[in-house]
Amino acid sequence: MTESNTNRRNILTGAATLSAGGLLALAASATPAAARSTRKSSAKAAGQDAELLNAAIALEHQGIGAYDIALGSGLVPASATDLVKTIQGHHKQHRDDLAAAVTRLGGKPVESKTIADYAKELNAASITSLTDIQRLALRLETGAANAYLGLIAPLSDSGLHLLVAQMAADEASHAAIFILDLKEAYPAKAPLYG
Amino acid sequence: MESNIFRSSIGIVCAMMASGVLAPDAIGQTIPVKKGPVAQAQPVGDAIAGAKLYERKCTGCHSLDANSVGPSHRGVVGRRAGSVAGYSYSKPLGKSKLIWTEANLDLWLKSPPKLVPGTRMGLQLPDATERRNVIAFLSKNTAPKP
Ligand code: HEC
Repeated sequence: MTESNTNRRNILTGAATLSAGGLLALAASATPAAARSTRKSSAKAAGQDAELLNAAIALEHQGIGAYDIALGSGLVPASATDLVKTIQGHHKQHRDDLAAAVTRLGGKPVESKTIADYAKELNAASITSLTDIQRLALRLETGAANAYLGLIAPLSDSGLHLLVAQMAADEASHAAIFILDLKEAYPAKAPLYG
Repeated sequence: MESNIFRSSIGIVCAMMASGVLAPDAIGQTIPVKKGPVAQAQPVGDAIAGAKLYERKCTGCHSLDANSVGPSHRGVVGRRAGSVAGYSYSKPLGKSKLIWTEANLDLWLKSPPKLVPGTRMGLQLPDATERRNVIAFLSKNTAPKP
């Protein structure tokens, strides 16, 4: 604050010799304090949004890892691998879209952990059948759909609301596949998520 | 059912104590005392409803026993924030020095970024009963895993 006040005084003293660029700089440094503090608080809000989206990126990394574990397990029949790869592809697109948003907001997208990390946190050692894989997928997709819906309210940038709602819808669509595969009871009560 | 009955009888005793009718003496018997200011008893959350809510709203990122997108939760009530081994916290939560008392958990679940600006958790529970229930569920899962 003090620093920019000093700058402004300096520019004002030299005003007689200012070029067009100098005049622009003058206009910028003379921005009222209120506007500067709005900018500061919106930068803070952008930083907060980036952190929240980073949790979603972590979720996508975990999902991508889970489908890698599934595809590497030898338990997914050849007839189903294309579908599993398509679903995993959606998660990769989510990851990329979220990472682009985090970067745009001035944040740093979180990195993926290793497959070994995901195998441990998802208890992959207990997976011995296709049904186990379908159950895990249903659990992750359902959790992700709910998590995305929970992100709408805390995100300040309304431009991000559609993005996370789209992702919630994608995850819910994936979950429906596994509900059918597992012949689970389809929930009678709406809303199904959130 | 049983625990509801249990809870409501505790509630009655508490209410009697709060209203100054009864107070426990040193050996656990109750003696009449003078009427004082009435303390507002905190309603107890429903841990079973809390477990259902936890399943729906929290398990995308958390579980009781494994670190995932968020840290593991067993024993969280009474613990220092940002202290689960092997979980990489955001700087602001790691440095926060908060203790997860029920009151702080209530503030956290109302809005994590309001309590700890810069945190990575966003999920909010605007409904006070939902917060109470999920906190009751977390309180119940305090013992270390057998
Ligand atoms: C979108 C993912 C996500 C969802 C959904 C979520 N959390 Fe979190 N939670 C996190 C992350 C990430 C952290 C770590 C935050 C940080 O480091 O800033 C966290 C941290 C916490 C902490 C602090 C724990 C500690 O060790 O200090 C508590 C308590 C907590 N969450 C409770 C909950 C509860 C209860 C729910 C459900 C009502 C929930 N969370 C839903 C991602 C989530």
